[in-house]
Amino acid sequence: MYQHNQYQKGKPQQVAVVGAGVAGLSAALTLKKQGIGVVVFEKGETPGGHLQQWHALFPDREPAAGVLNQLKQEASEQKISLRTQTEVAAVTPSGNKFRIETSQGEQNEFDAVLLATGFQLFDAARKEEYGYGIYQRVITSAGLEQRLGHGGTGLTVNGRPPHRVAFVHCVGSRDEKVGNHYCSKVCCVTGVKQAITVKERYPQCEVLNFYMDLRMFGTGYEELYREAQEKWGVMFIRGRVSEASQMHDGTIQLKAEDTLMGRPVRATVDWLVLLVGMEPEKRAQQWARSLGLQTGQAGFFSSPEKFLHPSLTAVNGIFTAGACTGPASIPESVNQGRAAALSVLEFLAEKDEAGK
Amino acid sequence: MNLSDHPFFVWPFVAGMAFLCIYLPAVYLKWLRKTSIRDRKKISAAIFSAKTIRAIREIFSECLLHRRIFRFNPTLGYMHMSLAFGWFLLIVVGKTETMLYTRDGFNPPYLPVFFKYFYPDHIPANFKGLFFLTLMDLLLLFVLSGLTLAIFKRFKSKFLGMKKTTRHILPDRIALTFLWLIFPLRWLAESLTSGVYNAGGFFTLSSGRALASLLPAEQLLLPAWWAYSIALGGFFVALPFSRYMHIFTEAALILLKHWGVKTTKRENGYTDFEIHSCSRCGICANVCQLSTDAEINHSQAVYFLRDLRYNRLQPDTAENCLFCGRCSAACPVDIQVDDIRLQQRTARANRCAPAIRRPASQLPGTPEPGSILYFAGCMTHLTPSIKEAIRTILNRADVKFSILDEAGGICCGRPAMQAGFRQQAESIIQQTTEMILRSEASLLLVSCPICYKVFNEEYQLPIPVKHHSVFFKELAAAKPGLFKNSRKRITFHDSCELGRGSGIYEEPRELLCRVAHLVPTAHEREDALCCGGSLANLAISPAQRDLITDTAYEQLIAPAPDYVVTSCPMCKKTFSKGKRDIPVVDIAEALQMALTPEEKPVRVKVGKRAEVLV
Amino acid sequence: MKPANDKWGFRAEGSEQINLDKADSSLYRRLLNREPGFAVCLFCGSCRATCTSGNEGMNFRLAHLLLQRGETARLKSLTDPCLLCGKCTLVCPRNVNIRAVVYNLKIMLHEPF
Repeated sequence: MYQHNQYQKGKPQQVAVVGAGVAGLSAALTLKKQGIGVVVFEKGETPGGHLQQWHALFPDREPAAGVLNQLKQEASEQKISLRTQTEVAAVTPSGNKFRIETSQGEQNEFDAVLLATGFQLFDAARKEEYGYGIYQRVITSAGLEQRLGHGGTGLTVNGRPPHRVAFVHCVGSRDEKVGNHYCSKVCCVTGVKQAITVKERYPQCEVLNFYMDLRMFGTGYEELYREAQEKWGVMFIRGRVSEASQMHDGTIQLKAEDTLMGRPVRATVDWLVLLVGMEPEKRAQQWARSLGLQTGQAGFFSSPEKFLHPSLTAVNGIFTAGACTGPASIPESVNQGRAAALSVLEFLAEKDEAGK
Repeated sequence: MNLSDHPFFVWPFVAGMAFLCIYLPAVYLKWLRKTSIRDRKKISAAIFSAKTIRAIREIFSECLLHRRIFRFNPTLGYMHMSLAFGWFLLIVVGKTETMLYTRDGFNPPYLPVFFKYFYPDHIPANFKGLFFLTLMDLLLLFVLSGLTLAIFKRFKSKFLGMKKTTRHILPDRIALTFLWLIFPLRWLAESLTSGVYNAGGFFTLSSGRALASLLPAEQLLLPAWWAYSIALGGFFVALPFSRYMHIFTEAALILLKHWGVKTTKRENGYTDFEIHSCSRCGICANVCQLSTDAEINHSQAVYFLRDLRYNRLQPDTAENCLFCGRCSAACPVDIQVDDIRLQQRTARANRCAPAIRRPASQLPGTPEPGSILYFAGCMTHLTPSIKEAIRTILNRADVKFSILDEAGGICCGRPAMQAGFRQQAESIIQQTTEMILRSEASLLLVSCPICYKVFNEEYQLPIPVKHHSVFFKELAAAKPGLFKNSRKRITFHDSCELGRGSGIYEEPRELLCRVAHLVPTAHEREDALCCGGSLANLAISPAQRDLITDTAYEQLIAPAPDYVVTSCPMCKKTFSKGKRDIPVVDIAEALQMALTPEEKPVRVKVGKRAEVLV
Repeated sequence: MKPANDKWGFRAEGSEQINLDKADSSLYRRLLNREPGFAVCLFCGSCRATCTSGNEGMNFRLAHLLLQRGETARLKSLTDPCLLCGKCTLVCPRNVNIRAVVYNLKIMLHEPF
């Protein structure tokens, strides 16, 4: 255990964590347990970030609420200082510290800053041809999680269960037409997981997944794909959906190509679910410019030493963790949060040494 | 006069002029032979009518005064005018002076040109003589001032409003050199003569005296006249093979135009007149967005026409054009270069695409006879909010309609036509016409200007065709309570096909003023910028298109509107590519937002769109 | 002793097998020269899915695939129905200038050199 709290007349070093998502909270917990003063700034009303919107987590459909509550409980046990509904307005270097101004008008100085600003989902309305925002029964993966979660309205149509649901992979990712060339990594496994969840809820419902590639990169993911085919009868069609239009009764008719068959395909579905990708959170770009942080072409933060020290940034004392560095799953974000916390600890120790 | 009376130095001039007098009519006759019988009938009918007088008026205002170039840039206009009008006046005034002086209506043609040589010590005895002497010197100064500007333009074209000057090739350079030498040499020859004989106009006399004091003027006298004559003769010989062919051909073109001859689908004699009327002034290249935004500098109208004329046209030159019409709108000679480009594309590509024969089955349900038929078009399928908005408005207004292409699979045929696949396009037109006629509709409504243009110009439909901006303007006037003014601040983008292509500028504006607060932008109506999406360009890369799109978008959001309104689904899709802070919507969507609230259609608003559509 | 004849044996006729050794990719290379951008196609099928003539045999994805594999026999029937409407180019996620490729392909199929 680092004995920082013994130096500087007993006052512990202070770290600001921006974002109370899974990465931010994990990092805050690690730091607090090592005796560092931590303040977490969160622009939303409650902590947990996007985890609050999910219903079941891949690959095993673990209830998201359980993971979220565990995290929140630990945070309250450790008495993490959490400022919700507080957006960080500016981060400015000030001597060998950083001054943070918030939307509430506060200004405080910190020895280090950890950015865990996370991501935002691609606005599916930008792919106008899919009809999101125009037709009622075109929803996103996030929308589906809400419907299938507690208090959600489910997928019933006029009181009856849905006959057929289609998933479209790669919405807003790998697409030059919306300016996002990269793969958002986690949407494929989300699509497979959600396909199974829909089948679990509505066993009579036919589920179609339209994909370009199936990127099942993590442990248990490929097995999930197999389970979807074997146990649940999900139909996977390799080919893109080009357009969706609405029938008189509200059902959605879609056009796609079945590339493996080499023929065009048409289907009428009750619900069209768009698997939207992750984009860097808006503010992140602005700070990057004003602070001189490096971002990759996609706009996510990047490290000058990406193999051995991925949490670093171009500015000494500012660190990154979680989805703000690129699309990531929850375990990856948690790991990054902890790793970044360790980098912060090393940094603070050096600073302390230099100060003596 | 005997042959021996004519000094030898006039021969280059005479030979050149004789060459022109034989060559020009011969080549014009050759081209006229290529016109159709119908065109020749038109010519013979109109030649002795008021049309000829109107033509002569235009010849005067454009070939001599270059009024259109003045509109583009006054300094540039002055430059072109001084050379053209100045030289014209020198000839006319000079001829008049010679006739009056020799009291003889018939002089050899070279006499006015070399007047000062033959009558070097002519001191005017009366006001009339002094008037002509002064006037000729003034005109020479006038021309020389323009020449100075022309030389200056080669180095600093920006001062004359040109971002780039035309890149010239050898025939042009030769003719240009001769042309630029003519007037300085005239000045030199006249000045030396004035200096030696101590008699002349205010300008030539003073410069002549100066020259005579510095140079052996007497010895240089004849060489100077030789040089002047050679410059003239050389220019005349080079003229028909260079850009200066426009001097005479433009006049002929204006006559033919007024007499009713037009460009057609296939090359004919009129095309030859058009091609040779291009003076390579380069104004088209200056307004072309491929050049200003995307660094594409080889396919502009000037280079296309030049390459076509000298038989060195590369496919890419004909293919890399947005067909936006900005060049034709700015052209001082009013050459319809898009039509010529289409001729070339058709000649190359027509046989490469066979006619389409596609059986079409009718969708279930029958349309009401006399109702409106709405043709959404290929592009609208990718922007379904336009289709839905039109559907909503028509339903609210109790207008009976049916949608022709709900299932896709049909096209208006214009993109194929613009690529040069004429026979394929004609077969598409035939089949789509059949489908339209079978619906027994009373009116064809389209939401895409690309479709509108072809329905209007190529289809021979017995029913009227209206673009939705025009239709809704009439609807709003007929049902005043239907829309309210949302007071949103908007800018309007004139799409190329609706604006320059079909001449519809005011109806969308009148309609939009009813429902929002329309603010002007820097480029409007005939001067509007192209969104870059054009289907007509077969060679440009997506990255280059984006440069054009971004520039056009920047200019549309400069007045900080709440949103940008377009009249074309292709423009909307093109502008919406990438992240746009200020949304781009179609006129139909803007109207939908302005429907009076009582029976507002139920729509689920999800995501960010909610902020826009309230 | 004479060596065994190692060229003897049976071979089944009429194989569906794509023989990359014998594939003629000259047309493909000519097209790539004219329009280098289309090498990034991932055969996702967006183009054919949105194609106005997609139900009438037009299939850019398949045409591209056959070009790559050197099987040019079916190319004419796969590209003749194209109306050049441009929807494919507007939806391609890899920004391929599909319309330009098809236009050039149509011309190359008719011009022998």
